[in-house]
Amino acid sequence: MPIQTRRSHDGQTLIIKIEGRFDFSTHQAFRDAYEHGGKDIRGYVVDLSEATYLDSSALGMLLLLRDYGGGDNAIIAIENCNNDVRKILTISNFEQLFTIR
Amino acid sequence: MDEPAAKSGPLNILIADDSDSDRLILKTLLRRLGHHVLDAANGHEAVALFGSGKPDIVLLDALMPAMDGMETAREIKRLAGERLVPLIFITSLSEAEDLARCLEAGGDGFLSKPYNRVMIEAKINAFNRMRLMHQALSDQRDLMHERNRQLLEEQHVARRVFDNVAHTGCLDAPNIRYHASPLSVFSGDVLFASPRPAGGMLVFTGDFTGHGLPAAIGAMPVAEIFYGMASKGFDGSDILREINQKLVRILPKDMFCCGAMVEADFGQNQLKVWNGGLPDGWLVRSRTERFSVPSRYLPLGILNADQFNAEMETIRALPGDRLLLMTDGVLECSNEEGQLFGEKGVRLAFENVASGRHPFDTLLNGIQRFTGRQKFGDDLTLCCLEMVDQVGLTALPDGAAPSTLAGPAEWRCVYEIRDRTLGEFSPLPLLLHICMEVPGLRRKSGEIYTLLSELYNNALEHGVLELPSEWKYTPEGFGRYYSERATRLGRVNGHYIRFSFHHEPMQWGGRLGVVCEDSGQGFDFHNHPVLQSTEMEQSGPRYAGRGLVLLKRLAESIRFHEQGSRVEIVYDWYF
Repeated sequence: MPIQTRRSHDGQTLIIKIEGRFDFSTHQAFRDAYEHGGKDIRGYVVDLSEATYLDSSALGMLLLLRDYGGGDNAIIAIENCNNDVRKILTISNFEQLFTIR
Repeated sequence: MDEPAAKSGPLNILIADDSDSDRLILKTLLRRLGHHVLDAANGHEAVALFGSGKPDIVLLDALMPAMDGMETAREIKRLAGERLVPLIFITSLSEAEDLARCLEAGGDGFLSKPYNRVMIEAKINAFNRMRLMHQALSDQRDLMHERNRQLLEEQHVARRVFDNVAHTGCLDAPNIRYHASPLSVFSGDVLFASPRPAGGMLVFTGDFTGHGLPAAIGAMPVAEIFYGMASKGFDGSDILREINQKLVRILPKDMFCCGAMVEADFGQNQLKVWNGGLPDGWLVRSRTERFSVPSRYLPLGILNADQFNAEMETIRALPGDRLLLMTDGVLECSNEEGQLFGEKGVRLAFENVASGRHPFDTLLNGIQRFTGRQKFGDDLTLCCLEMVDQVGLTALPDGAAPSTLAGPAEWRCVYEIRDRTLGEFSPLPLLLHICMEVPGLRRKSGEIYTLLSELYNNALEHGVLELPSEWKYTPEGFGRYYSERATRLGRVNGHYIRFSFHHEPMQWGGRLGVVCEDSGQGFDFHNHPVLQSTEMEQSGPRYAGRGLVLLKRLAESIRFHEQGSRVEIVYDWYF
């Protein structure tokens, strides 16, 4: 499965894990993940430890998640990026919108 | 689609059997089932009847003289082409090898003699279902082909409209070299270049998310904004803000445009740059001196107007310096092993440059060597802007044909900006616009803008801010000048700049009077070397001097009052 979701221990954070290529083909699955993630979610974590590749449609999906999660008030962290993925996020200056760790 | 399980409607069935009696029995049987029958006594007749009668199903005796069953079957299948016409062999053969040969010749099934009415009916229905399903699939496939062809044609037309918009302006100027995606690929990259009314240039490189039509559609309004505002004298930051706002409004949340804006001022030897989301730009001064322009901002179309930062970085750049901009297509070029060119490839290409070679050629050659292909440029956009001497550049051609609209012939206008507004707002586009209402001045937008621009910059930098222009002409002083400028603009208090316009019609055309006053100390124009001398040649880098020379050349007359903090210009235009 390219997308897996689970909740944090306190149940308030939805953790979405992406495996393989994070591109246009993941679009629907990613949306389903956060739209049907359940109630009372305060924040999101996108786990990219097993993501191999990120393109501009993935950046777009992150923007959609941010909009869904409250726009400027959304709490979203992007974790465990490899160097290539990190580089793409840096060039786009996405750390101005997301916490990147 | 529901396949009818019961009997089908009447079908056209072709039968071929050399035995007259067998043929008659079969014909009667089929007619009783409600079908139309064409009957042939041998293979040749069967083929002829197939062509003329266009049956839905064929029942063929496997053993016939002259053209035997196999041969007939092959011929009939060939004539049928893509259409599925079930072909059933009638045979008393039972050897597996013989039956296999029948199928290889094109047969779809078997019927054995003696005839069994129930079996025949069942087989005909079964094969008819197969035939109908095949027909449905074929029709749908043809429909899809046609729709696809229409879509491709529409895309092609859209692409031509897009190209009239996306790669335009002054990209063919002698100091610009570029490589943009060819017609066959809709990559969402744009490249715009425009001269500015008072000289200098604006260049914008953009990369919209996605591919194809959705990516390209965003380019249209952006092009209009860019060229419209550039021709009116707006600067790079103003245009960026407007583009960002437009894209935020029209693009869906997951779409945006990575872009870079460059404002080149040849007269002042400087470049202003803004990079939001594109790979590093490179300013190449010489073989060893390179300076990167990294992306510092989010791409366009993401942040709201109040969060968007259009501040451009100022870099000193002399004639001969070259700025390279690229979209990520350059970094994503791959070789046969699937490795990407990347930033490493760009650096290596520059390091291997032979002295005197143009960095644009160097980079393209580097990409070509890496990918090993001649035709690599399908999806990359690369642009190189070279700094030139102001004089060397051809001026903006005098504007459009005079409009049929009548305009104001006799009018006055006073516009004053004070305090903080002095640092935050340039009144030049607005003031130009007011002057352009006069039909006779429309052809002269370049000269008018230059006049207003010189007056304003003189008033602001030398009058209000009291910045010595000499600082700008050394590398150390350059940074100092701009940081001091920013500081002093923050402290502006009780200062103003006031423009007063007066226009009246004349027998030979019209006369525009412009008075520019500022609240500064002014300068000693009585002893000013430039204003006293009759020579136009400038020996030292005195911007104030250079600007005043320009004013003298463009205007009918120029007068200074009150220590130069009040300048009066008269500009005449002729029919």
